[in-house]
Amino acid sequence: MTIGSVPVKFRITVDPDQCMLCGRCVENCPYDVFRIENNRMHVNSRKCVACHRCIAMCPRDAINIRERPVDYRSHPVWTTEIREDIYNQARTGKIILAGMGNARPYPVIFDSLVLDACQVTNPSIDPLREPMELRTYLGKKPSRLEIREARDGVEVLTRIAPNLQLETPIMVGHMSYGAISLNAQQSIARAVSETGTYMGTGEGGLHQSLYPYQSHMIVQVASGRFGVDIDYLERGAAIEIKIGQGAKPGIGGHLPGEKVCEDVSCTRMIPVGSDAISPAPHHDIYSIEDLKQLVRSLKEATEWKKPVFVKIAAVHNAAAIAAGIARSSADAVVIDGFRGGTGAAPKVFRDHVGIPIEAAIASVDAKLRSQGIRNEVSLIASGGIRESADVAKVIALGADAVYIGTAALVAMGCRVCGTCYRGLCPWGIATQRPDLVARLDPDEASRNVANLIHAWTLELSELMGAAGINSIESLRGNRDRLRGYLLDESMMKVLDVKPVGA
Amino acid sequence: MCGIIGVIDRSRECMSGASIRSALSMMDERGSGEGAGYVAYGAFPEYAECYAIHVFFDTVHETKPAVDQELAKWGTIVHDEEIPTYEQRNLRKIHTPWRYFFLPDPNLMPRSTTPEDDIVLHLVMKINSSIPGALIYSSGKNIAIFKASGWPEEVADFYRIQDYKGYLWLGHNRYPTNTPGWWGGAHPFNLLHWSVVHNGEITSYGTNRRYIESYGYRCSMFTDTEVVAYLFDLLVRRHHLSPEIAVKALAPPFWDDIDRMPEDMARLNTAIRLTYGPALMNGPFAIVVARPDAIVGFTDRIKLRPLVTGTSGSRLYISSEEAAIRVMEPDVGDITMPRAGEPILGRVVA
Repeated sequence: MTIGSVPVKFRITVDPDQCMLCGRCVENCPYDVFRIENNRMHVNSRKCVACHRCIAMCPRDAINIRERPVDYRSHPVWTTEIREDIYNQARTGKIILAGMGNARPYPVIFDSLVLDACQVTNPSIDPLREPMELRTYLGKKPSRLEIREARDGVEVLTRIAPNLQLETPIMVGHMSYGAISLNAQQSIARAVSETGTYMGTGEGGLHQSLYPYQSHMIVQVASGRFGVDIDYLERGAAIEIKIGQGAKPGIGGHLPGEKVCEDVSCTRMIPVGSDAISPAPHHDIYSIEDLKQLVRSLKEATEWKKPVFVKIAAVHNAAAIAAGIARSSADAVVIDGFRGGTGAAPKVFRDHVGIPIEAAIASVDAKLRSQGIRNEVSLIASGGIRESADVAKVIALGADAVYIGTAALVAMGCRVCGTCYRGLCPWGIATQRPDLVARLDPDEASRNVANLIHAWTLELSELMGAAGINSIESLRGNRDRLRGYLLDESMMKVLDVKPVGA
Repeated sequence: MCGIIGVIDRSRECMSGASIRSALSMMDERGSGEGAGYVAYGAFPEYAECYAIHVFFDTVHETKPAVDQELAKWGTIVHDEEIPTYEQRNLRKIHTPWRYFFLPDPNLMPRSTTPEDDIVLHLVMKINSSIPGALIYSSGKNIAIFKASGWPEEVADFYRIQDYKGYLWLGHNRYPTNTPGWWGGAHPFNLLHWSVVHNGEITSYGTNRRYIESYGYRCSMFTDTEVVAYLFDLLVRRHHLSPEIAVKALAPPFWDDIDRMPEDMARLNTAIRLTYGPALMNGPFAIVVARPDAIVGFTDRIKLRPLVTGTSGSRLYISSEEAAIRVMEPDVGDITMPRAGEPILGRVVA
């Protein structure tokens, strides 16, 4: 009893006047917070993770959750979180696990950037009345065109490599079957097919039920090679080699055996109940030339018909690394910022390793331009894209398109409780327990995700129109249409933006 | 809002600057007296083989030696002189305009297929970015540029453009909104054989500038129009595209239209948009671009700025307003208004 128990994180109260003991909270809470005994509601607040499932399901608004009802003695350095982590590790001697993305209160650069609009000297464009083009092509582009103009017509002599055609620059990033449920993947797959964009499969193979949507799926090859065979590669619209992930740069992945059910075991091609461990590096990639070989092998295997993307975590030297990747025959570089989410990551990595996507994209774009190869390769930003304004800003900083992850999950009900790593997601998203998975209705959830993509696309069109731009390529890297609001000078230099008023 | 006008005589018959002066003055409503300019092709027949490098000096005695030295490194200055100017009441002579007739030594850039052009391009970028107080504002062969801050008629009289002759003229009357009215910011902009006049505002400037700068061009005029000259130089001179294809890259058809085209046209236009996406110019504009054998006029993809054309004999006129064309040629025929993004091309035949 050296440490004793620490204060509860959440205090649940049930209003007895409202509660009619219907038991929905009991049924819905997979963490066993609620129980009814002797016609009385009993609550164990210590088990609560604030997933809000009970709140959403209570027909009488009887439940209330208060965060941190007991204060520690306040201290600016020894925060509550720091103290509790120490108690936790003093007890267990282990690495602390966490879910979702970076939870430290680092300033969000997006929130210090403002967008531009036209006044007088040029007309803003109304997307309801004028064409507004968000179509985006991802893949290799030639640096110049050779065209033969003859009397009988014009002929393009330059061969254009295969590109993905997106109707909106918003894609859904890689979340594997295993990390999320099949219903969640199906919902996303239907949403991206409907909105003319793409999603990533994650490193979990491709479940049979997703085959109808395969032309909108980017298959992933990661260090564990789970689920990879020639059939899988051929089904994808593009192939993505995952080197690193923004939530945990430099380390591999770990899907606990409890999440490896029969179905997951089939798509991942591993035994039921076995931990799926992706090593930190690809053991066939110890340097950039090895990556080049893998890119070319995958292309060779698929007869050069599919674009190959390479995803890295945004780390300090991301610009130089991305430039190396761009010259490896890769078609696109994905940069995953340090706010990128995950099912499970060591907290110390999630919160402390990597750099924000805003700075990473700006420096990668500038580096590729300085080498004269920017337009030859596509640049995809991910990790912390929360709203359509973030999409517009990161494109203006130099990205071609974005991957969203957490935002798509939130559209399906996720409350960002950050407990994905326990596999008990009450919303049926980050779990494989059949009764929980059944809570997510793909008909409804796919509509929610499609609605979100559609709404952001509309907002993006309006923002572009207001800025007098009717084609997404004129927003890309157009940092003149951004201003830094109370950003320091060194940051504005990295972003290559002027301050407000300048 | 600005006024632009251009004329080309397809048989290379020369015209004095007097009539384009009156045409541009007709559009004073479109300007603010803060900038005007003209370009004449064929203005220096006696030095036709030399690059006519025009420089604005802040103070000649301080800066000119550095420019002389830089030019001498790369070739021979055949002749140089102060450009004759004539005092105007409302026009303050802030800079001293100077012109060099320069022959670059092609042996100094052995790896280039167009060494002379590349030497001059290098000199323009180098001098404009590293010698304060000197600005090269024109660098083509047999091309004269006359520009300053003032009304069109004042600028014309300041240089007495009626004393010059050319088979191709462009004129521009400026109402600056995004950058201050200064001599370097007046149109036409020139690089090597390209000259550009532009009415509008390029909302994609940030993208276009970064694209063109990754090919070694340096934007130094603080205004969006200069990228047009550099883009034409890149696409047509260096990438060997025809002016029609270059216009398609800068003001391409919409994807919806491309989707409806026959397969080979769709393939061509898709290839252009994929390859030259960062060169696409957005925002309202009407632009006339000239090179020694042709002029091309075009507008943005939804035609937010006016452009009309007319012909008379061997001459093609392109202007913001029909009235201005009629000042130059009262009997002009074939007045047409080109569709958005559609290039109007006039080529010399002689």
